[in-house]
Amino acid sequence: MSPAHYVFLAVILFVIGAVGVLVRRNAILIFMSVELMLNACNLAFVTFARMHGNLDGQVVAFFVMVVAAAEVVVGLAILMAIYRARKSASVDDANLLKN
Amino acid sequence: MNHLILANGGAGGTNLDPLFDEALFWILAVMAVGAGIAMILVRQAVHCALMLAVVMLSLAVMYAMQGAPFLAFVQVIVYTGAVLMLFLFVVMLIGVNSADSLKETISGQRLWAALAGIGLAVLLILGIGHAAIGTAAPATSAQYADNLTGLAKLIFTTYVFPFEVTSALLITAALGAMVLAHRERTSPKPTQRDIARRRIESGQVAPEPPPGVYALHDAVDMPAMLPDGSTTSRSVSDAIAARDLQLGRDPREDRASDLTAEERIETEREIEAAAKGREDQ
Repeated sequence: MSPAHYVFLAVILFVIGAVGVLVRRNAILIFMSVELMLNACNLAFVTFARMHGNLDGQVVAFFVMVVAAAEVVVGLAILMAIYRARKSASVDDANLLKN
Repeated sequence: MNHLILANGGAGGTNLDPLFDEALFWILAVMAVGAGIAMILVRQAVHCALMLAVVMLSLAVMYAMQGAPFLAFVQVIVYTGAVLMLFLFVVMLIGVNSADSLKETISGQRLWAALAGIGLAVLLILGIGHAAIGTAAPATSAQYADNLTGLAKLIFTTYVFPFEVTSALLITAALGAMVLAHRERTSPKPTQRDIARRRIESGQVAPEPPPGVYALHDAVDMPAMLPDGSTTSRSVSDAIAARDLQLGRDPREDRASDLTAEERIETEREIEAAAKGREDQ
């Protein structure tokens, strides 16, 4: 399969993730959409590594995975703290500064 | 997976059988895009997580197809195995009862989001279409047989500084999660004596009636019957009540029959009398 196919697939997955971030209002689901976008980027990196015939893209994808894992841990902990304080995971309910 | 890696690694890094390669790509691509779209459309957070798992696993196979077996396994173990399970833990802790409401709080949000998505897709696809992507470089052993050693060499030579920074990042993330999840205990821990005293003072010494007591059925979603023939919704678990609400049913409603309390008692008596008659015979 030519690398272009993989890059276009990555683009489509990235766009789906972006729309998910815009549409969803439960913070967990927004997080999952962000993960989808990160995965799409990883696919593009791996494809680029294959195009150039070296491993740099794969190393970058590996670092993206590590950073994503750290991000999820902290993000979900923040989510738990917000849920404990406000009894809701909806991003619409976090409006303490309104008015 | 092993077959894929071996097929790629053998004979100086020849590619997979083109037809097999193409078929696998299209099957996986359709699966990934379909699951991705389903992910942003389904209401339940758990279904959403499962759809994300499908996308991640298809991407893992694609990594293996593209000469990244190490990343394929990391994708399965770290992403699908750890990150997604963490998501499911949090969903179970906070979100399993609260499905995303489908009510739009910002008018036209979905429409504009869809338009923005289409715009972004057109922009990216046009941009990438103009770039000359070309064909893959000839496969080298670094991509297949020596993938792991090649990656290790890169990480510990060229990318050694980012690698060190990553360790600091991970420690910070672990500490941050501990600080954020920590809850300071402001009151002393209740002892067994305190718990017993509170129970006596509450007026409800015996446990709540379990579901199904004296009712027509003994299923867990049947509210127990009180001595006066009325039912008590306190006997049904909150989780079941929440599920009823989600399905649009009234959790207090006794779904076994539409009988009134008197009729129910009558029915129970008839059943009892019939049973007694059988015993007498």
